[in-house]
Amino acid sequence: MSLPHISAFYFASIALVLIGLYAVLVKKNILKMLIGLSIMETGVNLLLISIGYISGRSAPILSEGIGPNQAVDPIPQALVLTAIVIGVATTAMALSAVIVLYKRYGTLNVEEIRRLRG
Amino acid sequence: MVSVLKRGLAIITLLIIGYWLAQGLAGVPFGQDKMLVGQYYLDHVKQQTGAVNAVTAIVVNYRGFDTLGEVTVLFIASTGVAALLWGKRRKRTAKTEGSIVLTTGTRLLAPFVMLFGAYIFIHGHLTPGGGFPGGATIATAFLLMYMAFTVYEIPHRAFEKTEGLVGMGYVIVGLIGLAIGGYFLFDWIWQTWGWGHNNIGRLFSGGFIPVIYTIIGIKVGTELSGIIDNMLKEEVSE
Repeated sequence: MSLPHISAFYFASIALVLIGLYAVLVKKNILKMLIGLSIMETGVNLLLISIGYISGRSAPILSEGIGPNQAVDPIPQALVLTAIVIGVATTAMALSAVIVLYKRYGTLNVEEIRRLRG
Repeated sequence: MVSVLKRGLAIITLLIIGYWLAQGLAGVPFGQDKMLVGQYYLDHVKQQTGAVNAVTAIVVNYRGFDTLGEVTVLFIASTGVAALLWGKRRKRTAKTEGSIVLTTGTRLLAPFVMLFGAYIFIHGHLTPGGGFPGGATIATAFLLMYMAFTVYEIPHRAFEKTEGLVGMGYVIVGLIGLAIGGYFLFDWIWQTWGWGHNNIGRLFSGGFIPVIYTIIGIKVGTELSGIIDNMLKEEVSE
């Protein structure tokens, strides 16, 4: 089992996704799980952006001196713009759900909330 | 200790997943030219859309449906937050007013933050940014007001109406394109009117990108301010 050689950006984004997944799996506080979800989302966005990178090229804003052949791939950036906004939307929804949960149960521990139910 | 077992199992599982992901990504070279459609967009963005910022041209023009869906998602989120936190009497119950430095600084800073947000979304076709960052910046100004003053509240009626009207404005711009060009979100200002053809790289160019980004900027700004408002208010008993 030899470790595959990957770029530092890919490694960092995989690490962020795994850290987020760890928080979702292990933590019992709902807020910490949400933080984990946000970290995972950051990792995915970083991965998408780094896939579009081309060595030595600049941002895809075509101005003086930057022609169509000196810019990086613009499509992942457009995709990530969408993904960030959707992440913010889901986080806002989840946070208001957490507010309602705390008001109803008085705790944010998932196990206790499961026990209180029924 | 269940917790240690659980942690160990989680870490082992995650390491396996990470190895698997890394193996998959090892086949994707970093920093090399992998563009297929991207090169087409870069080559044709200036004459087809009039924008110099390829990202915003893709977001608004080539893949306008994505943005429409994105705006819809944000709208649903703001409606959902309002529905989840709906209460009979909701008020701001913050007790401590910000310090004099904070309040005075906010008074001075908020207009500038709003101005900068408007700058970002109006120049979406020329500079980095666009409707979503600009709208978020404007919402930041309102957040600053909420943080500094205990009694500050946004004018709800006006904000909700603006939100709905600009959302309709986006669809109407798309429908005018349907009437003129034959498909939804057709860039009629650029393709049919030819407005700003000899002006590429200046403010009055870019077809309908500045128009749509102004609409999106206002919509995102009002929506995020509404979410902030909903989350900062608490139910008042009695």
